[in-house]
Amino acid sequence: MRPHSIHEIAILPGYNRMGEPENFDRIVIRPGDTISVVGPTGSGKSALINDIEIFANRDTVTMRTVLVNDEHPPEECIRDPAKKPVALITQNTRCLSDLRVKEFLEMHVRSRKIEVDNIIGNTIALANEFTGEKILPDVRITSLSGGQTRSLMVADAIMISNAPLVLLDEVENAGIFKGRVIECLKKNNKALIFVTHDPLVSLLSGRRVVMKNGGVERILEPGEEEKTALEEIIRMDSTFSRLRELIRAGGIIRSVRHA
Amino acid sequence: MKLLIIAGPPSVGKTAVVRQIIANFQDQKKCAYLKIDVVRAFEDEELAAEFGIPVKKIYSGDLCPDHAGILVMKDAVSWAEGEGADILIVESAGLCLRCSPYTTQSLGIVVLSAISGINTPLKMGAMLSLADIAVVTRIDLISQAEKEVFREKIRDVNDHLDIIETNAIQGTGLRYLFRAIDELAGIDDPDLIRLKGAPPLGVCTICVGKKETGWQNHFGVVRKLEGADFLFRGE
Repeated sequence: MRPHSIHEIAILPGYNRMGEPENFDRIVIRPGDTISVVGPTGSGKSALINDIEIFANRDTVTMRTVLVNDEHPPEECIRDPAKKPVALITQNTRCLSDLRVKEFLEMHVRSRKIEVDNIIGNTIALANEFTGEKILPDVRITSLSGGQTRSLMVADAIMISNAPLVLLDEVENAGIFKGRVIECLKKNNKALIFVTHDPLVSLLSGRRVVMKNGGVERILEPGEEEKTALEEIIRMDSTFSRLRELIRAGGIIRSVRHA
Repeated sequence: MKLLIIAGPPSVGKTAVVRQIIANFQDQKKCAYLKIDVVRAFEDEELAAEFGIPVKKIYSGDLCPDHAGILVMKDAVSWAEGEGADILIVESAGLCLRCSPYTTQSLGIVVLSAISGINTPLKMGAMLSLADIAVVTRIDLISQAEKEVFREKIRDVNDHLDIIETNAIQGTGLRYLFRAIDELAGIDDPDLIRLKGAPPLGVCTICVGKKETGWQNHFGVVRKLEGADFLFRGE
């Protein structure tokens, strides 16, 4: 199953923790879609992401089913991470391999048997668009910051893994340019699912899946209804970003408005 | 009765995998569990309390635990059959990367931790190359790229190995392990269970507690400073 041959991934409902059927018929995810998964801690957000990642077939606690192009995907697509149409970028921002950035990416490229000119340089360049702290090819991965690692993993998912569906678990925690990541993933025609507590990420997504008691409680598609609020949140978010940069640079904050 | 032999370095999640196996089969099959360890082990008591299954442990003390495991294997099979078990799970101590306790007429499961370092599979030798299935735990803690590379490194050692990635606490992805256990044939003839490979189990006088230094004071397989060959000193 080549990445370009996937036109939709569908989630069919299971049950919540009280054993009640979930409140939807089918969640269909197509290239370019953005979905955020929201809800309190313990509401089942990560379980939903896990079901997608392993293509649940009524064999997880939630009893959900996940289909690719309306079928159960072939086993090798589920089992071999290099053939899997889903890339999961977890909350964990540590990378364990004690390798230089360049070597690490080379190893990944080799394991995927990809031959594209300057793919490593381009991946690092893309990662650098997502973070304010420049990543150099010869730096050891273990010494990268959380934000740098996360940026590199997102860039790797776009350029090297080339998975059509990217799952991002609390992308906001890592100190990266959220807006730019989302824009870039959309531009590359990826479908995106965010597990998030972040107002900006939530409102930037086309659909919002609300979780409760281990099940999907409702699915919102606010569209125009939230347009004004979104514009305001974007302004607030950039104010926060500027404040953050000022504080990091050792500045005194006398006014929020003129930050 | 089916025989599962589980090996893997310390603290990779062998017992977490065992717990998932027992939980998955508990309604259909009776499991028995044998833990082999060196000084102390608690897994048997925990599993007995949790699932009410027959368990046993042996401490190998001064003997290499994998050597001890091989010696008691036949007795363990009779014990588990006597308990009416459908599946006997034998878990190794996992102290050394080179042990390979796998036998014929069984399913050899090696458990590796995804966070143990990208080159770990290459260091493991027979423990990995003679296994039937590799279960890679803590998959939730590494990146997509690392998952792929880790799998590739395992393939470098054993191209035919069935690899299953999991978060063993949650049991994600273990459906393929359960299927392999389902499809496994039972023990045909316990007298014909053989080791799959020769594990590096040099049991020498140091292993059994003699503290003198110098090859002149030891028996078994020894070596001198000059000349890299091992030689056998003894009767």
